[in-house]
Amino acid sequence: MIEMFQPDFMQRAFLAAVLVGITAPSVGIYLVQRRQALMGDGIGHVALTGVGLGFLFQANPIWMAVLVCVLGAIVMELVRARGNQRGDIALAMLFYGGMAGGKLLVSMSSQAGSGSLESYLWGSILTVSPGDLAVIGALAAVVVAVTAGLRRQLFAVCQDEEFARVTGLPVRVLNLLLAVMAAVTVTVAMRVVGLLLVSALMVVPVAAAQQLTRSFAATQAAAVAVGVTAALLGVGTSYQADLPSGPTIVILAILAFALFSAVAAPLARRRHRITAEHGPAVCDVALPEQDGKEPAAQAPASASGETLSSRGLAQ
Amino acid sequence: MSAVISTADSDRLQPSSAEDAEPAVVSLRGAVAAVGGRPVLRGVDLTVRPGEVVALLGANGSGKSTTVKSVIGSVPLEQGRLELFGRPLRKFRAWHRIGYVPQRTTAAGGVPATVREVVSTGRLPQHGLLPFRRKDRAAVDRALTAVGMQDRAGDGVANLSGGQHQRVLIARALVGVPDLLIMDEPMAGVDVDSQQVLADILRTEVERGCAVLLVLHELGPLEPLIDRAVVLRDGCVAHDGPPPRGVGQHALPGHDHVHPHADDHHHRTTQGLLA
Ligand SMILES: Nc1ncnc2c1ncn2[C@@H]1O[C@H](COP(=O)(O)OP(=O)(O)O)[C@@H](O)[C@H]1O
Ligand SMILES: [Mg+2]
Repeated sequence: MIEMFQPDFMQRAFLAAVLVGITAPSVGIYLVQRRQALMGDGIGHVALTGVGLGFLFQANPIWMAVLVCVLGAIVMELVRARGNQRGDIALAMLFYGGMAGGKLLVSMSSQAGSGSLESYLWGSILTVSPGDLAVIGALAAVVVAVTAGLRRQLFAVCQDEEFARVTGLPVRVLNLLLAVMAAVTVTVAMRVVGLLLVSALMVVPVAAAQQLTRSFAATQAAAVAVGVTAALLGVGTSYQADLPSGPTIVILAILAFALFSAVAAPLARRRHRITAEHGPAVCDVALPEQDGKEPAAQAPASASGETLSSRGLAQ
Repeated sequence: MSAVISTADSDRLQPSSAEDAEPAVVSLRGAVAAVGGRPVLRGVDLTVRPGEVVALLGANGSGKSTTVKSVIGSVPLEQGRLELFGRPLRKFRAWHRIGYVPQRTTAAGGVPATVREVVSTGRLPQHGLLPFRRKDRAAVDRALTAVGMQDRAGDGVANLSGGQHQRVLIARALVGVPDLLIMDEPMAGVDVDSQQVLADILRTEVERGCAVLLVLHELGPLEPLIDRAVVLRDGCVAHDGPPPRGVGQHALPGHDHVHPHADDHHHRTTQGLLA
C-alpha cells in the first residue's frame, strides 16, 4: 500500500489528481446551477483542436489547448448570451468541428502516434511530467482563486441573471470569466481524466453532493470533497489494479452519486419531519400543540412507521 | 395621451432634472422595444416620482413585463429615452437604490440554494467585492423578518410554496433598503394570507418614502396604496391617471377579457392612441 506513494511519477499523479478534484467541481457547480452541465463536454471537444495544433507546431499541447478552449468557451458564452433560437446548431458545429479538426491536425503532424492522442482523450496521469504539473498547478490556483473569491457574484449571476444585472454586477464580464475558467479547468483535467471524461468530473461530484445538501455553500464544499476523494481513490485503484485512471475516477464519482442518492430519501424524510415539528410556516399562526397530528395527516399510515424508525436511527 | 406628454417634454431640454424639484425616479419616454424580433413596446411613456406608487396594468401580453424590463435595462430600447434617478441608463450606477422583484417563474437553479443565500444576493450592491459583514447579515435577517420567513432561512428555495417563494424574492429586493421598488405581478399565484402580508410590507416601504412601480393584474388588496395607474394596451399607454377606485380591472379602458390566447390582441385597434 505504502509503496505506491514512493515513485516520483505516482507522487505527481496524486498531486495532479488532487488539483483536478478541487478545480473541476469548483467550476462545475456554477455550470450545473445555470443548467449548462454539458458545457464542459463541449469545451472538451474543442480542446482536441488545441491538442492537434500543439502536435502540428511541436508546441506544448496544454498551452495550445488552453488557448483554443478559451476561444471556444468565449464563443459558446456569446452564443448563449444572445439567446438565439438556433444557438444549439452553432454549438454543434463548434463541438464536432473541434473534434474532427483535432483528429485531422494530429494525423497531419509528424509525431502522429495514435497512442499520444489516446492519452489526451482518456488521460494518462502516470505520464504527467514535472513541467506539466507546474502548469496544472498554476492554472488550478487561478481557477480556485476566481471561483472562491467571486463566489457571491458568480452565485448571483448563475441563480438569476436578470436580478444580478439590477444589483449592478458586470454580468457579461462575469459570464465570460466563468466560461474562461471552465476552459482552463478542462485543460487542467485533460491529463488526468481525459478530454472525453472531463465534464464528468465537473458535473458528477456536484450532482452527488446535492443529493444530501440544501445550501449552495454546503454543495460546493461537499462537491470538492467528493471530487478529491474520487480522484485520489481512483488513482490509487488504477495503480493497484492496473486500470486506466480517468475512467476509474469517474466510475468512483458515479458510485458516490448512487450511494448519496440511496441515503438521500431517508434523510429528506427526517428533515421533513423536523420542519413539520416547527408548525406550518404557511400561515402565520403557530400551532405548537398540533404537531402530533400533522405528520400523520400528511403521510399515509404505512409511511409514518418508517418515518419514526428513521428518526430513531438518526437521533 | 402619450402624444401630449411627449410634446410637453420636447419643449424642455432636460425634463427630469429641473433645479428645484427632485428628479423623477423613473422617466421612460417614447420607449420602443422588440422581444424576439417582434415589436412589443410602441412608444411607452412612464414616470415614477419619488415616493410615488404607480401601478402598471393591462391584459396579458400587453407589454407590462417588457416595460419593466426595459426600465431596469434588461430589454434594450430601440427608440426612446430612459432616465433613472435623473441619470441616463448608460451613466446610471446607483443600482443599490433599486430593488427588483421579477415575475415569478417555476424555474429554479440546478443546484440547491437556501432562502438566506438567495436573499443575500440582494446585498451585493452594498458589499461588492468586500466580504459579507455583520451588518449585511443583519440586513438579511431584517428583510426575512419583514416578510415572515426568518424561520425558513435555512430551507431550500426549491421546497417553498408559491407565496413563500414570492416573499423570498421580495426580501431579496428589500435587503438593500431601496428607494425604488419594481415588482412584476407580486400577487400572481399567491394565497390570500400571503397577499395580505405583501400589502403590509408594501405599506411599510411606502411610508418609509420608497417609490414603487408595480405590475398588477388587478388592484386587489393593494388598491388603497396606489397613487396612479398606467394602463398598457398592445404596447401603448391607454390610460395614465388616478386608479379606478372601487372597481376591479374589469372597468379599465384597456381591459380585455384576459385568458392568455397568444393572438388575442390582433383584433384590437390602436390607431387612435398612436396618432
Ligand atoms: N421571449 C419572448 N419571445 C418572443 N415574444 C415574447 C417573449 N416574451 C414576451 N413576448 C411577447 O411580448 C409581448 C408582451 O409580453 P409581456 O411584456 O411579457 O406581457 P405582459 O407582462 O403584459 O403579460 C407578448 O405578446 C409576448 O407574446
Ligand atoms: Mg408579465
